[in-house]
Amino acid sequence: MFFIDKKKLKYSKSFDGEGSNELSAGRRTLPESGNTGTTAGEAALPESGKQEAVPGLALGLALLSAGPVVILVLLIVLLSFLSPYFLTGRNLSNILAQTAVISVVAMGQHLVILTRGIDLSVGSNVALASVVGALSFHAGAPAVAVIAVMVGCGAAVGAINGLFYVFGRLPHPFIITLATLSIAKGLALQLADGRAIPGMPEAIDALGREAVWGLPGSVFVVAGVAAVLFVMAKTMVWGRWIYAVGGRPDAAVRMGIPVSWVLVSVYVISGLCAGIGAVILAGRTDAGSPLFGNLLELDTIAAVIIGGASFLGGRGHLGHALIGAIMIGVIRNALNLLNVNVFFQLIVIGVVIVIAVESDVLRNYLEGRVRVMQAGRQS
Amino acid sequence: MSAVAASVDHTASADRPVLAVRGATKRFGSVMALDDVSIEVRRGEILGLLGDNGAGKSTLTKCISGVHQLDAGAILLDGAPTQVRSPADARFAGIETVYQDLALFDNLTPGQNFFAGRELAWPPWLPRGLRFLQQRKMDAETRVLLANLKVTLPRLDAVVAMMSGGQRQAIAVARSTVFARKVVILDEPTAALGLRESRQVLNLVAALRDQGNAVILITHNMEHVVELADRAVVLRQGRKVGELVPTKDNKQELVSMIVGA
Repeated sequence: MFFIDKKKLKYSKSFDGEGSNELSAGRRTLPESGNTGTTAGEAALPESGKQEAVPGLALGLALLSAGPVVILVLLIVLLSFLSPYFLTGRNLSNILAQTAVISVVAMGQHLVILTRGIDLSVGSNVALASVVGALSFHAGAPAVAVIAVMVGCGAAVGAINGLFYVFGRLPHPFIITLATLSIAKGLALQLADGRAIPGMPEAIDALGREAVWGLPGSVFVVAGVAAVLFVMAKTMVWGRWIYAVGGRPDAAVRMGIPVSWVLVSVYVISGLCAGIGAVILAGRTDAGSPLFGNLLELDTIAAVIIGGASFLGGRGHLGHALIGAIMIGVIRNALNLLNVNVFFQLIVIGVVIVIAVESDVLRNYLEGRVRVMQAGRQS
Repeated sequence: MSAVAASVDHTASADRPVLAVRGATKRFGSVMALDDVSIEVRRGEILGLLGDNGAGKSTLTKCISGVHQLDAGAILLDGAPTQVRSPADARFAGIETVYQDLALFDNLTPGQNFFAGRELAWPPWLPRGLRFLQQRKMDAETRVLLANLKVTLPRLDAVVAMMSGGQRQAIAVARSTVFARKVVILDEPTAALGLRESRQVLNLVAALRDQGNAVILITHNMEHVVELADRAVVLRQGRKVGELVPTKDNKQELVSMIVGA
């Protein structure tokens, strides 16, 4: 559709950016050099090299962006020495199975956080979707329909979040998703009469069991969702728009990006991921329960931040959400294996969150320094 | 699309104003921000828009670029009255704006900034958001564009956040050249820049004009006005108080029009 008209880009006269101090293309006669007051000043400036890296800063930035992966690897190496059980196939498979729900929901949360938002409703959304799924199973729906109902229920809650946030002109998604957190939870409790509803279709239960290579089926669901979201975020215009909206919402409006719909779409996807999380959780427990997903919103936000995405929006990729989720799983698993008090887990996760957020602050600071140095080198 | 058509009829319609604002009036509550202001600008011409703070320069340009809507008056593009309801409308009509705050996406690369909101993507039968990015094509066009404008950037794959003020300004101006077809509005493009960086940006402004755009340049720098502008319009307290061809000799006259002394 759009293209650059090459003819328009060819100038009869040449322009000089840095080296020259004449406005050679000016159509008017040039004023005396003293008049503009630039010539003397520029001539006195030394010609500077443009390309040298800023070694210390560059190294710091590279370390920070690789940080979560490095920490995860170090953690795994350390734990394999501390506990003989840690690096067994069974334990690793167990970690993946336990983090499957956080992983899937964190990927949706990650898209929301990319747009400077937050989705507090995901935990309650999982509970509601699982209860609705269990009820529809007992009403005689086939497995495919039960899955569709759960995923659809999640997406519907997400759509409500997005539509109220954008078209209800709410100042921040915190408020509407806090409201749907409460509403979805209450609705799930009401529908299930406050109790877990046992029984799920065989196809869903299969997700909780070992499938291939000693891995549970849920891991493959996570991989599938990750692959689809990766392609959408990396190769589609929609993905580019998410980063633009998160980087600078007002500029996105001025550049003609349909910001409202981009925002609605990320909340729908986040809800959809919660629905998929409900399917996985229902498969593992063979039940739907209004108590599912308790505090899952905090776990997923923690996963995204720990993984290295920026809470300020516009920075991060799916890998961050996945690494963060696995890191949380590894930390919990390790503390269990090492017989550390369960309460201590909460403290450790909290400390890790602080470290992650501080390293984001440090990264912004270092980038500012690079910018200053670029400017210093130019003039 | 119409980019070719525009550059063809550019010679034919050189004397007719490509953008005309007639009787522009805008009030914010009890404040009369614009009172019956009319301006015209032709292709290949730079119009300097001068005035003290609060004179109505920014309000006028924001009405043209679709951020605000006029209470009364008309905007004519190529002689036809045009409704500019949103910034997207304005861009679609061929009006590009380089905002004072640059409106750059710090988390994207220069090339991604150039094509933000107008990504080259495929296939055309899908809704815009669901198309697949043609990244290589956009990268190639970015390199051609920057080479033609003689803008040198340290790295094309680095995010804009890492670049200096002058580089960022150059990127914002260069972005307006990608799709500008009729009018480019620049709001104080050299504010907060060093001498060398200012010079580079002024060269870009001249390049925009030589591409056949009508350029509206807001600036406080009289030297730049005298050097570049073909005509200067002075606003004071929302009214147009003068219009003349700026030269070295009438600089003082311009200044006294601006301050009203």
